[in-house]
Amino acid sequence: MSLDIYKEIILDHYKHPRNFGQLPSTQHKAQVANPLCGDSIMMELEIVNDVIEDIRFSGQGCAIAMASASLLTEYAKNKSLQDLTMLTKDSILELLSIELSPNRLKCALVSLEALQKAIHTYG
Amino acid sequence: MFSINELRKDFPVLSNHPDLVYFDSTATSLKPQVVIDAMSHYYTHLGANIHRGIYDLSESATEAFEETRDVVADFLNASREEIIFTRGTTESLNMVAYAMGEDIVGEGDEVVTTLMEHHANFVTWQQLAIRKKATFKVVPVDENGDLDIDHIKNIIGPRTKIFACTYVSNVMGIINPIKEIVKAVRAINPLTIIVIDAAQAVPHIKVDVQDIDCDFLAFSAHKMCGPTGVGVLFGKKSQLSLMRPFMFGGDMILNVAVDGSTFQEPPYKFEAGTPHISGIIALKESIKYLQHITFQEIEKHEQMLSDLLVNGLKEKLGEKIMIMGEHSKFPRVAVASLVVQGTHPHDLADILNDDQMCVRAGHHCAMPLHTFFKVPASTRASLYFYNTEDEVARFIDSFVKAVKIFS
Repeated sequence: MSLDIYKEIILDHYKHPRNFGQLPSTQHKAQVANPLCGDSIMMELEIVNDVIEDIRFSGQGCAIAMASASLLTEYAKNKSLQDLTMLTKDSILELLSIELSPNRLKCALVSLEALQKAIHTYG
Repeated sequence: MFSINELRKDFPVLSNHPDLVYFDSTATSLKPQVVIDAMSHYYTHLGANIHRGIYDLSESATEAFEETRDVVADFLNASREEIIFTRGTTESLNMVAYAMGEDIVGEGDEVVTTLMEHHANFVTWQQLAIRKKATFKVVPVDENGDLDIDHIKNIIGPRTKIFACTYVSNVMGIINPIKEIVKAVRAINPLTIIVIDAAQAVPHIKVDVQDIDCDFLAFSAHKMCGPTGVGVLFGKKSQLSLMRPFMFGGDMILNVAVDGSTFQEPPYKFEAGTPHISGIIALKESIKYLQHITFQEIEKHEQMLSDLLVNGLKEKLGEKIMIMGEHSKFPRVAVASLVVQGTHPHDLADILNDDQMCVRAGHHCAMPLHTFFKVPASTRASLYFYNTEDEVARFIDSFVKAVKIFS
């Protein structure tokens, strides 16, 4: 069953994370950690007219946490803040195109929490 | 010499899951049928509450219950008045903190523990120190994960009221030279109360409280083939006579009046309320079971499995794999917490689960130690006498396969 969750797309994003790193300077960032697993994701946003112009993530975590962060940054680019605040657990599972046990769900949601927290720093 | 294949038949979980590789015995061990039967025997044949029942069934229950106290006392080389039943190691340690620590630790005093503790033997003392405005000190480990005895000498002082230390690390499996450590502490401050967490020691090695010369020693039944929800606190007679009761209720009193109450003598004054009778009765069966195998045989078998596991993983993964505490200068029980660069323990454990391997992924309730080694988590394989060479070989194959998926 678990092998199903480590599909090519997850492993690809885990091994080659997109938008990984930091923005040269931004006021809109947030870090969320899942101390139980040691997952920790920081999201940094460049926001222009309520739209994400650029985005980076950094941190460490399991394959699910890293891949979901990577996929989420790809998705979030050029999206409106309003759209992104509406994202839910199901949107992330759709992005990952897998099903997760409650234990691993936390790993997948760390990046969404960080993204939405970062958005809240924008007046 | 014992036959593992014969012993394995004693464990229903192994029979019910023939392909399972259970490498999580440090979290909890599996239970042999004799222990399960003893629990069920209480409910089906005795049923009555212990102490003060003036009828045969209650007396039989009391007798079966109190027999365990004798067996535990003998097991630890203590006397029966020194054995208190609790719900587990955590409760045992907290009992010392609340029933004794609260009284003896004051502002400016010191409470000392070590970096390799399970949170139960770390946070308990840290919080006591905070409550009493005392200084909380932590004995560090060196790069091999070993406690530095010379460093202990620098940390213990005239104001050290409590020193708490684990016997065996639940992450690295290192068997601390506990007798030497106790001696070093006593040499500096003979009045320091010494508390030993033996949760990971009692399943694997012979423990003798007189030889160790500790004031308190705590362990749980469930890690040594016994039931969950049962623990033991050993306390030296001289210390127990000074300790005030911490929980009040039935069973622990002598006389109750509106203007005051008097309490039983130790150990009963520390056992308020109806205990886990069936579990405590069954604990003696688990002790007898281990004693029948003998700790020499357990140690020998575990050492063989541990060597196979460590050497096999090293051979296949080389420099890529780090085993926490593998370079310890002290002997280790069959516990291996594995760290592989570029892979996360949760991912590895998930893949291992596909191959029916039970391991633990995380910090194993030892965050300070993981922080010291600069790893957020590790994958822990913990073995016991019922594991086999074949299981170790299967584990190595699955583990290597899992690592390859992520690198």
